[in-house]
Amino acid sequence: MEEMGKYIGAGLACLGMLGAAVGVGNIFGSFLQGAMRNPSAAQQQFGNLIFGFAVTEALGIFSLLVALILLFVV
Amino acid sequence: MADTNPIKQFEVHELVPFEPFGLNLAFTNSSLFMVLTTVLTVILFTLAMSSRALVPNRSQSVAEIIYGFVADMLRSTAGPDALRFFPFVFTLFIFILVANMLGMFPYFPGPGLHSFTITSHLIVTVALAMLVWLTVIIYGVFKNGPKFLKLFVPSGVPAYILPFVSLIEVISFISRPISHSVRLFANMLAGHILLKVFAGFIVMLGAGLGAGGYLIGILPFAMTLGLTALEFLVAFLQAYVFAILTCIYLSDALHPGH
Repeated sequence: MEEMGKYIGAGLACLGMLGAAVGVGNIFGSFLQGAMRNPSAAQQQFGNLIFGFAVTEALGIFSLLVALILLFVV
Repeated sequence: MADTNPIKQFEVHELVPFEPFGLNLAFTNSSLFMVLTTVLTVILFTLAMSSRALVPNRSQSVAEIIYGFVADMLRSTAGPDALRFFPFVFTLFIFILVANMLGMFPYFPGPGLHSFTITSHLIVTVALAMLVWLTVIIYGVFKNGPKFLKLFVPSGVPAYILPFVSLIEVISFISRPISHSVRLFANMLAGHILLKVFAGFIVMLGAGLGAGGYLIGILPFAMTLGLTALEFLVAFLQAYVFAILTCIYLSDALHPGH
């Protein structure tokens, strides 16, 4: 019973990555849109792009971490 | 029979037992890789800067580029008076970068032994994140006194909402070491588990289907190859993100309540 709960929980936890995926796409989409309007200023914002991507992706990986904890630690 | 368990790569093995006064202070493979990271960094930077030329040669140029990169990052996020934290931020960045990269070796000294990613253990990343968080609190209180609490009172907020916003700001401040450490830990853990799972598919295909299995195994091999490239990028990126978040948090200690 507990095993079943663990696996179902792990599967449900991975649904959290939906939000993170939308967020990451949003970041890059906004960057591309801005870069199309102002190509010369795009290179300066590259650092912010990478930072925003990493911080957003972290949230998706937090949900993967919950799934891994359910599978291997609990 | 090859063991394709993706979790076994994170096991900490004692290499040299050492138990003074009942404490277990054994020299583990984790300690070995930490020592290796430090020794490698010191040797590489000392050798690179040994010529001290005004016009740098190639390796000195690489060291100067890394130095300039971290200094620019610190200066642009936290202002010029943050440069007193430059050794701290540089050490964090280089330690995490080299530690992540050392974990990318598949066979470390030789076949049968594998490398160990020290940042794939929560305790290591929590130690680093707590260093940053405690530095922010202690230095912020030491330098600003009670004005440090202006951090939790953002400007331009109407008075009736202020208690709730302050509470949310305090909670968000307390969650900083958690998110700071878990980001690095979970990225390294998930990346290495992924690599091991896809590499394990090749072994399982070969064990199950023989020579034909290894032929089909070209597909998981290509996936592992792509994932390894991605993991190199993630290793550098996570070191950069850790360092830039450190700079942002330090800017909060130096100038609270922007």
